[in-house]
Order: sequence, then C-alpha cells, then structure tokens
Amino acid sequence: MPTPPDATPEAHAALSLRGALQLLQQSGHTLPERRGSTDVAWLQAVIDGLCELSSRDPLTGLANRRQFELTLASEIDRVARAGEPALVLMIDIDHFKRVNDAHGHQAGDIVLKAVAQALAECIRPMDTVARFGGEEFAMILPNCAPSFGQAVAERIRTHVGAANIEVAFGQDVSVTVSIGGAFAPQWVRSSALLWVERADQQLYLAKSQGRNRACLEHQTVSLVSAEEKGLLFGTSQFAELL
Amino acid sequence: MSILAVTSGKGGVGKTFLSANLAAALALRGERVLVLDADLGLANLDVVLNLHPKITLHDVFTGKASLDDAILPAPGGFSVLLAGSGLVEYSRLTPQVREQLVDIIARVRPRFDRILLDTGAGISDVVLHAISLADDVLVIATPEPTSMTDAYATIKVLAMQHGRRAIRLVVNQVSAAGEGRTIRNQLQLVVDRFVAPQLEAGSEPLQLTLLGEIPSDASVREAVQKRALLIQTLPGTPAARAVLGIAEKLSAG
Repeated sequence: MPTPPDATPEAHAALSLRGALQLLQQSGHTLPERRGSTDVAWLQAVIDGLCELSSRDPLTGLANRRQFELTLASEIDRVARAGEPALVLMIDIDHFKRVNDAHGHQAGDIVLKAVAQALAECIRPMDTVARFGGEEFAMILPNCAPSFGQAVAERIRTHVGAANIEVAFGQDVSVTVSIGGAFAPQWVRSSALLWVERADQQLYLAKSQGRNRACLEHQTVSLVSAEEKGLLFGTSQFAELL
Repeated sequence: MSILAVTSGKGGVGKTFLSANLAAALALRGERVLVLDADLGLANLDVVLNLHPKITLHDVFTGKASLDDAILPAPGGFSVLLAGSGLVEYSRLTPQVREQLVDIIARVRPRFDRILLDTGAGISDVVLHAISLADDVLVIATPEPTSMTDAYATIKVLAMQHGRRAIRLVVNQVSAAGEGRTIRNQLQLVVDRFVAPQLEAGSEPLQLTLLGEIPSDASVREAVQKRALLIQTLPGTPAARAVLGIAEKLSAG
C-alpha cells in the first residue's frame, strides 16, 4: 500500500509542534501517548485539542464568541429550513464595574466564573452558552417554543441572581443580570448578525428599564396555521359557517 | 411622487418580471420611473433587462462612484439602480445599510415620479425594511397554494408588525379570467377572519385591492428567454395588455 505523501516520517517530523504542545499543556489538556513520530492518531488528538482550545473562553470555560458565531450560523440555517423556533438570549451582568471597583479585578474574574457556572446550570444539553465578551454572555436555545421564551429567560435571571459568590474569604457578593432575547424568524431568510442585533436591542431595553429584568422581542407572527390554510383553500369544515 | 414596493413572499412568481414591465408601462404613460433593486444583490433585474452594469449601488455605498453614475437607463425608457453582485454581503441589514438605503432613496426621490422597489423573496428583515420605506405595497402571487400561503403570510406581517392597512395585489399566471378576483376575495376572507381581530381596535380595516390579474401566457417565457421586456417585444399579447392595464390603474391612483 502506497504511503500518502504527507504522512511520510520526514513530513511529519518537520512539523513544528512546540507552541501547540505548550498551549495544550498550559490549559491542562492531556494527550494520548505518542507512538513514534508518524502517529496520526496522536497528531489528530493534538489538532482536536487545539480546536477545543480555540473554541473556549479561557477564563470561564464556556464557548467563546467564535464558537458561538459558528453555532449561530448553523442554527439559523436550520431554522430557515425546518421552521423550528429558536431563541437567542444576550445576558449582561448589571453594574459589573462596581464589583471591579469595590473588590478588585480578581473578584471580577470570580464573579464572571460564577455567573458562567450559573448559566451553564440552566441549559439543556443541546443549548449553547457562550461568553460573548467582557461581562456579556450569550445563549442559543434551539427548539424553544415562543410561549416558553419569557419563562426560560426569567428562570435564568433568577438563578444567577440567587447565587452567593465568594469573592474573598468570608466576603460574598451577588449580582443581577439583564437579559434581551429574540427568536429567529422562522422560514425566512435572515442573518446571524441581525438575530443577535435584535436580541441586543432587547437587552438595551432591559437595561434602560432599570436592569435585573428580561425583555424578549415580541414574537413575529408570520406562521400560517392549519386553520388559516384551511380557509384560504376552502377546505375548512367551518368555511361555510363564516 | 410615490414609492411602490413590489414583493411576493415566495420567489419565482414574477416579481422582477412585473417590476421591469410595469416600469416600462408607466414610462409609456409619461412617468419618470426608477426601479431600485432593493433585494441588494440577490435580484435578477440586470438579467431580466439584459444589462451589464459596470457601476452599481455597491460602488455608491463604498464611495467609489457617484449616485448619478449608478443610475442607468433601461431599455424600457425608465431608469434602474442595480445592487450588483458585490452587494451580496449587504443582504444582512446592518444599521449602515439601513441608513444608506434611506439616504439613497431621499436623494433620488425628487428626480422621479415613481420609484419601484424590487424586493427580495421571503419576509426577511431586508425585505421588510425596504417595504417600510415605500408609500404603497404591491404583493404579487400566483394561484399556486405555496404562493398564496406566502402572500398571506406577507400580508399578515405587514399588517400586524408594520401597520399596513392598504395592500395592493396582482395575481400572476391565472388560467381563467376572474381567478385573480377569486383569490383576492379568498385572501380578504382569511385576513378578515384571522388578522383583523388581532389588529388594534379602532384602527383602519385591512383592505386588499386587486390591481390586476396577468394571464398565464407563453409570451412571458418567450420574452424572458430573449431577455427583453414583454410590453416592448410582444405588446399585443394578453399578458402584456394586462401589465398595461395595471399601470393605468396605478397611474389613476
């Protein structure tokens, strides 16, 4: 069997892996034992490790913004094709600067980690929670019925608010979050950017209405129900009654 | 001066065909007409009109060309402002694009009697934004169930979220005279039953007006294949006469 050109010992040995291995080691990622310089499985594990690393937020361990955008793009395709409802939530810690000012940046980091942890506790396996940037987090909830949206957001808000966060020995703080949410428009062409922008507008609304609240965009009613179709095509058994 | 958005819900029902031929028909009536490709790069206005624009809206947006250079004369005696394929990236409606579109329309407004906005298919944010800039909306549908459903969904969104109360309807590809009227009545019936009760109490009723029906006509395909305007190459055909009739009704207000 001929060896593919890129898997020759020479080609493999020429790879410079030092930086990659240092990064993986630093992040506590463990690799399988390397079986010789041409171990493809090992090399794959290195690549997988790097992918994992580049999709996570180093501080909180949540998905990072890059991973979030990837997931969002595939989700919006799914919504447009399948018409399943999906919700995006933008979550921002209220007055985060005050935590930093009062307790220092290390305390700020502890709060970010604790909020991330609380958010991760709220989600289903198919959901994605990400650190969007700074003290802002984002969630993608596929197959979330519009009628549940507000309740889901409220549950998250309450759960985060209830957490006692020990920022220093014997010193607990708690924080609140403001949440903005928008559903992806079903069956229609849109973009991930617009979707997030709409959720962001709701977040802005939640902030301007006094924070520690969840605002969801009024669900667009573009769906045509079976009853409506029935009447439209004259197949409804009630048609003659109207 | 008025702005008319031409939209459809479902694609492939003759939206761009109607925009181009309607523009030519209105131009014949002496109107100064501009067709603006508001699908931002996804419309086929240039294909329908057999134009190969060197300068497009994209160049205006990016400051590479002036608006005057981008307004092109079309074969039917009207003007077009094409998005160009470089504008595909604008199919995302960022705030900048939103503002640029508003700005462009404000600038071309004084120079024309009528602007037709050829919107994209679907009910995307871009389409809805383009429609929001128009004084009137024309929804085009065919008797196909999917097209009727999408037209209904479009009407519903326009009424419920954008406060539209007067929507004009053109039914394309009808197989018998009067089919357009039947479809308009059917849509109005469903609207009255399902949409009207959800509209703000005391607001104007949602009214669908049939602007016209265009018969299913082999000449349309022939003109499209020749990349020519139907009302120019085959003016006597039933479909061409129908388009002229729609223009007359529009002119009358």
